[in-house]
Amino acid sequence: MSQMFRILAIAALAVLPLRAVAAVEIQEVTSPGGITAWLVEEHSIPFVALEIRFKGGTNLDLPGKRGATNLMMGLLEEGAADRDARAFAEERETLAASFRFDAGNDSVSIEASFLTENKTESLALLRDAIISPRFDPVAVERVRDQVLAVLAQDAQDPAKVASRTFAALSYPGHPYGSPLNGTPETVAALDIDDLREAHARALTLDRVHVGVSGDITAEELGPLLDKLLGELPATGPAPVPDVASALGGGVTVVDFPTPQSVVLFGHEGIAFDDPDYFAAFVMNHILGGSGFASRLMEEVRVRRGLTYGIGTFLAARDHGAQILGQFSSSNARAAGAVEIVRSEWSRLAIEGVTPDELEAAKTFLTGAYPLRFDGNSNIASIMVGMQTLGLPIDYIATRNDRVDAVTAEDVQRVANRLLDPEALHFVVVGQPEGLESGAF
Amino acid sequence: MRSSHLAAAGIAAALAMAIPVSAQLSEDASAGQAEDTLATLASDDTVTTFTLDNGMDAIVIQDRRAPVVVHMVWYNVGAADEPPGKSGIAHFLEHLMFKGTDDLEPGEFSRVVEAQGGSDNAFTSYDYTGYFQRVASDRLELMMQMEADRMRDLVLDSEDMLTERDVVLEERAQRTDSNPGALFSEMRDGSQYLNHPYGIPIIGWKHEIEQLTLQDALDFYATYYAPNNATLVVAGDVDPAEVRALAETYYGPVEPTAGLAERMRPSEPPQIAPRRVSFDDERVSNPYVVRTYLAPERDSGAQEEAAALTILAQILGGSSATSIMGRTLEQDEGVALYTSAFYQGTRYDDTVFGLVIVPTADRTLEQAEADMDRMITTLIEDGVDPAQLDRIKAQIRASEVYGRDSLQGRAREYGVAVTSGLTVDDVAEWPLVLDAVTGDDIVAAARRVFDLDKSVTGYLMKPETTEATQ
Repeated sequence: MSQMFRILAIAALAVLPLRAVAAVEIQEVTSPGGITAWLVEEHSIPFVALEIRFKGGTNLDLPGKRGATNLMMGLLEEGAADRDARAFAEERETLAASFRFDAGNDSVSIEASFLTENKTESLALLRDAIISPRFDPVAVERVRDQVLAVLAQDAQDPAKVASRTFAALSYPGHPYGSPLNGTPETVAALDIDDLREAHARALTLDRVHVGVSGDITAEELGPLLDKLLGELPATGPAPVPDVASALGGGVTVVDFPTPQSVVLFGHEGIAFDDPDYFAAFVMNHILGGSGFASRLMEEVRVRRGLTYGIGTFLAARDHGAQILGQFSSSNARAAGAVEIVRSEWSRLAIEGVTPDELEAAKTFLTGAYPLRFDGNSNIASIMVGMQTLGLPIDYIATRNDRVDAVTAEDVQRVANRLLDPEALHFVVVGQPEGLESGAF
Repeated sequence: MRSSHLAAAGIAAALAMAIPVSAQLSEDASAGQAEDTLATLASDDTVTTFTLDNGMDAIVIQDRRAPVVVHMVWYNVGAADEPPGKSGIAHFLEHLMFKGTDDLEPGEFSRVVEAQGGSDNAFTSYDYTGYFQRVASDRLELMMQMEADRMRDLVLDSEDMLTERDVVLEERAQRTDSNPGALFSEMRDGSQYLNHPYGIPIIGWKHEIEQLTLQDALDFYATYYAPNNATLVVAGDVDPAEVRALAETYYGPVEPTAGLAERMRPSEPPQIAPRRVSFDDERVSNPYVVRTYLAPERDSGAQEEAAALTILAQILGGSSATSIMGRTLEQDEGVALYTSAFYQGTRYDDTVFGLVIVPTADRTLEQAEADMDRMITTLIEDGVDPAQLDRIKAQIRASEVYGRDSLQGRAREYGVAVTSGLTVDDVAEWPLVLDAVTGDDIVAAARRVFDLDKSVTGYLMKPETTEATQ
């Protein structure tokens, strides 16, 4: 093929608009007992993926009991109803089901995959883990030791030290400011009553959301939902208050013996329900979004080779939002990279984005969206996320329109409002040359 | 890069993450981990193959659930094929492949993929280098056109090269030099392989990366990046006949490398002495002991030994509640925080079988090592619990079902297999070979593999004396 032809052909193909639409059909299923789930039926593979998410999360830890919700979630499959930890594991392995229990600040979640051929038995086993965990003393001590080992490990991990320092400086006195798995002191002091209380607080019917995708019908799912969750408490405690970041502009250096500094940076962000959220979402993609095309990736990695990777993201939490970014750079070069981040922050706040950048970002974001819906586990997870955010069931069909509606003026407005190089704080863990703690 | 400080992780997973035990892929961004070798497909009429006249093989996996396609090109070349003294060149070249060609500006490849809403990335291992894009299925032609273009027509300048070498050095600093477990793993691998290049890190030794040149990259590229050294894998919402027509159009005209020799790496001499490595570092939080034994890999047409070793790893250290080590050391005796056994059978040359124990804080590594030996003896003397073997086989059969949910996982399994000397038929037979393994097979395989003369035992520790650092 001639070279000229190849160039033309690439150009011709590249301008075709991409409008693949996610072909998922969500049904809302309400059980006889009143529990709602979103379901995508997909019968071509004989298994089901299920995700259950309870809003509240480790934010609901009682004062002095930090880490209780996390330890509780780690114990749900360590013995339930009439089975000890081993009997539970043997039954789950016999069914070849997989269960995963996770704790986050804003929510706790349970993911399960199970085969069509034994879905009733698998859900009955999962039901016991959710409703009737045993918290046997021997299991509590074993998992507590594991959590303590993770805490010891985190204290030696520069990326974890950076994120914990950033959180503590941002949110003193709020659960967001302390590690969700607790401190060695709080974890050591937790007793079985604390775990039972955390269980009663975190898993309640008033804030549960369920997503199901796979080889199951709406008729089958309804009654199974009641068996799975129906015996949970109806209500739980009030949510924690909203909080603003207390962090001002500047640098915090944490001395750590490592050849490369880990740098975490950011400031106050934007909530998901803000009218300008989508403009901020597009703006963030151009500044430091995924892939190799962002301004920060271009300036810090591609042009100067100062890092292996740099990115930013909107942390739109339930009770406090930040825009955050992270990179690692050799101790000798980290200060230079920090300067580039500040100057890119400033450039975007003042100048906004070019029409080409805006078009490229929108094309990517709208084109990538339908590609997320591949696989039952991904679909179940997306549906739970939509419900947690309070989105309507037809959101998928309208989401790309919201991205397409963003104009250059919108991005300029939100960049001007959101990005403040003077408020930007850098937590640097390592032994960076030419950087010291203090204000700019 | 995406992870937030508010993210949570499973407790056991968080503990395991700090222990790099098997050979890592050196992979850009967060493109997904090497899947469990257990996850595999039964004989399957959705998988078809063809070969182009220039020697390029192709595997097409049809899955019409979503309008998505994964397009991959796998080269039969990796870090174990590097010339002496040039460690890291395979991975460095992988980075440089995102620079320009005669038709595309530097960085344009990824920009075009992103403009289609797609994502792209690449990975380098000992036995393969792979490039992939994930896009809407009607974008396949453009991906093939660009991937075929950079198979032969890469254009590099020295400035790009120097900047990208800095990026690779930062990558090494981030993944390896900042992680005592990773540094320890390099020292153990170097001791395990006395002569074979699996003992050299995939990303390369730092002092050799610093000396890599543009010419080194171009030489490696000219020899190994050719259709007769590559396999195309396309998975998703596609018609195999159309894939073939497109492949003939775009990959068909690409010139093969003439006289490309069969892959031949330096082989191991008889290993006749146990080796020990101890490494201490201020940053170690939870000391552990790990032992690896030289072990056979999956061989085409003869996968039985590898199948027995795959299940042996599950029997000894799979489930923390029901495996021999988990049940005894974590649950009954409470002497270990974490135990595991690992075996990566899909390799071109001899691989390793490994065991790891993270003891509780009141135990020494010597005690943990004695526990490890005791567990091996228990397995060999008492044999395999038939109920445990049944549970493991049920999970292996189910993993074939679950595995079908991931397009990328399926594509990747075939890519890894064919670049490790296996065939599509071997992949299809693998679940059946696993299912046929008996308890006696497992004990016999254990007797063969647990030979201390072929082993390396490693201790990762905190420094003995903790003097105040000024």
